[in-house]
Amino acid sequence: MATGIRDKVAIVGMGCTRFGERWDAGTEHLLVEAFREALDDAGIDRSQIEAAWYGSCMDNVNVGNSAIPAAMALRLEGIPVTRLENMCATGTEALRGAAYAVASGAVDIALAIGAEKLKDTGYGGLPVPFKGTLNSAWMPLGSAPAGFAQLASAYRSKYGISKEDLKTAMGRVSWKSHRNGVKNPKAHIRKEIELDQILRAPMIAEPLGLFDCCGVSDGAAAAIVTTPEIARSLGKADPVTIKSIQLSISAGRESGTGQWDGSYVPNTRNAARKAYQEAGIDDPREDLSLIEVHDCFSITELVTMEDLGISGDGGAVRDILDGFYDADGKIPCQIDGGLKCFGHPIGASGLRMVYENYLQLQDRAGDRQLGDVRYGLSHNLGGVPFNGVAAITIVGRHGD
Amino acid sequence: MERGITAFGAYIPRIRLERAAIAAAHSWSFPALRGLGKGSRALASWDEDAVTMAVEATRGVDAADAGSILFASTNPPFADLQNATLVAAAVGLAGDVATADLAGSLRAGTSALLNALRSRDETPTLVVAGDARPAKPGSAQEMHYGAGAAAFRIGGGDVIARLIGHASRAEPFVDHFRATGEKFDYYWEERWVRDEGYLKIVPAAIKTALDQAGLAATDIAHFCMPGLLPGIAVAVGRKAGIAAEAVADGLAGQCGDTGAAHPLLMLASVLERAKPGERILVASFGAGCDVLLFEATEAIADYQPRRSVADALASGRSESHYTKLLSFHGELGLDWGMRSEGGEKIALTQQYRAREQLATFVAGECGRCGAVQFPQLASCVNCGAFDPLRPLSLRDEPARIATYTADWLQYYPAPPLYFGLVQFDNGARVMMEIVDVDAGGIDVGTPLRMVYRVKSKDPERHFHRYFWKATPVARQGD
Repeated sequence: MATGIRDKVAIVGMGCTRFGERWDAGTEHLLVEAFREALDDAGIDRSQIEAAWYGSCMDNVNVGNSAIPAAMALRLEGIPVTRLENMCATGTEALRGAAYAVASGAVDIALAIGAEKLKDTGYGGLPVPFKGTLNSAWMPLGSAPAGFAQLASAYRSKYGISKEDLKTAMGRVSWKSHRNGVKNPKAHIRKEIELDQILRAPMIAEPLGLFDCCGVSDGAAAAIVTTPEIARSLGKADPVTIKSIQLSISAGRESGTGQWDGSYVPNTRNAARKAYQEAGIDDPREDLSLIEVHDCFSITELVTMEDLGISGDGGAVRDILDGFYDADGKIPCQIDGGLKCFGHPIGASGLRMVYENYLQLQDRAGDRQLGDVRYGLSHNLGGVPFNGVAAITIVGRHGD
Repeated sequence: MERGITAFGAYIPRIRLERAAIAAAHSWSFPALRGLGKGSRALASWDEDAVTMAVEATRGVDAADAGSILFASTNPPFADLQNATLVAAAVGLAGDVATADLAGSLRAGTSALLNALRSRDETPTLVVAGDARPAKPGSAQEMHYGAGAAAFRIGGGDVIARLIGHASRAEPFVDHFRATGEKFDYYWEERWVRDEGYLKIVPAAIKTALDQAGLAATDIAHFCMPGLLPGIAVAVGRKAGIAAEAVADGLAGQCGDTGAAHPLLMLASVLERAKPGERILVASFGAGCDVLLFEATEAIADYQPRRSVADALASGRSESHYTKLLSFHGELGLDWGMRSEGGEKIALTQQYRAREQLATFVAGECGRCGAVQFPQLASCVNCGAFDPLRPLSLRDEPARIATYTADWLQYYPAPPLYFGLVQFDNGARVMMEIVDVDAGGIDVGTPLRMVYRVKSKDPERHFHRYFWKATPVARQGD
């Protein structure tokens, strides 16, 4: 029986660029910006990195295929550098690669870095995806919001909620993230929005309006990982460690059989169950201090509260309206603004979520610092609910 | 065994553009069009063409035993790539079916019908005509033209109408023409077309056909003849001696002229109300004419078409945006934004590997666990078995909406793009486009049926690829 990686890997340095419309910077510049912050934070030299995992999702607006352009940008010479892509869960995949390398004993120090340069497309929203020659022949080529919007139709039908009530709860999700984002100097969108304005916004994919959708941003984030022992030797007295990283991916059951009602994300439930087990968390509603979830769209965050086992099935609407996930609630969600307001440069997002939990655990989160932080969970989705990836990372302090 | 018409089916696109809307758009330049601004004309949606309409009409006919299929259209999607083969594949005809396209004339449909009726084949022939002619903006044709398809099964067995006479005339009389590669028809003066064309060429051929059958013009109960000239069918009928009451409705009010398909569509419409023993005369005009004389048999009394003209006419959805027609016909370059750029090159290799899945919507049933699944990958979606899946088409399988949305972000030629998870009664589940959605018309649980449509068009190489889409079941028996 595998024992998992709980406490086997410490994060000694992280970096994250300001997210947003970075007209000034290409992918290479963003990578370097996040990388330098992580190196400074870790207190190590570039030459100490023994392996690196670089994540980016879109070939057409970044630096292209392979890890070579990233190795060039960071001047990582003569070491293994791997480029990976698993849709919007790419950032977490980079961390998983680096963490497993350290946990296995293959290397002492590894780098995970992710970046996305979305604002080179020339238009809003994510680029139009290519789904492969067979899928393109039959599958509707819908937008990302349209893939997630379908959760709302099934959720409404399952729980007998009116369109208006669900829309209000979804609006409340975005309203809260906008309030949080104001306090984050690296966030793409730092502006409070009235609930009424959220509800009246132009329709993107029914029932998702403009403010139900996250920002599409440029940015990069990085993590340097090592063993807890080496972390201490680098001066990190109370190092942040990875308690679990778990992934779950669709193999066709959701979209190809009648076994799923469409109202939740089975991958999140699978990954969460395994992540709690690996981390030794029995009751997420009691044990988690804060969560950074994949709020690509408001409805996604809403169902994720149930998929993570924090709200009961059908109970997310109530918890959201009660402020359970607000900055001053029991479990603050998206205290950094989330994808909604921090922004969503795809390849960086999984690492950005961990970055916030990492800062919060070290009492370094500035104006938005929470008290009494013990476990931070990040939840990173890729693809769409019916064909996707869910990746969960839980971090805490070593030995805690 | 006597060959005759044993079954028929019809299809008319649901979009019905109000002619008043067309006339209003042109009122600054061609105010006279207002006089034609009555009723509505069928408009093929962006994803409908002669092939898709032909497939839908053919699905109203049991033709699994057909030995041949003839496809007729003046506007087939492909100039070289046999359209009949595409139709045959979509309706699931056997691979050894004989196929042929007829084109190049408004007589293509009647000529196909005549060929099939006069054939000595032992096996039935499927005759299907589909047409949607583009017309120049501001022309009278733009008001008159519609879109639609009709399919006939010609064979032995329960013949509902038999051919008792026929005649054809070949005359280089050019009332209109369209050169190869051109988009629009060019028409000569109406008065000449009427007096020298229709009124001289058609009555003579009618007489030949009547003489063959030993009948008089007054024996005709139904006279079907398309034509854009006002009152032309009545005028030809009068000249031939056919009673004015026998002249069949030209379907202008709800459909418009469907080109090569129109005489067949009118015949189908008449067969829906014809009584045993009645004689039906069908004439089509174009560089000469075809005349077909039918007699309805006793069997017609019990025949109910699965896809009738009457139902197709009644299932329209009124449309008042004239620019929709222009946009669908490529006459108005709207700014669809960057998301519409860069059409994808279609891999014809992949298209062929998956031909049954794509053309006939063939799913697979797992031999181990029984799960029905689409697409067919190399192992079962439910139990993972690597055994081959048993083919099973989802074309006619009832289904419902499991999840859906209306996507306003993605580029789609007729926004919004409705799509969602479609749950079939047999257990299969497929993410599908949902088309012809009425305002406020769908929700989780809405019953759906499948329709054959254009999936996408490659804007550079102009290949159309086809696939099945879902549409709300409009009413009982639809």
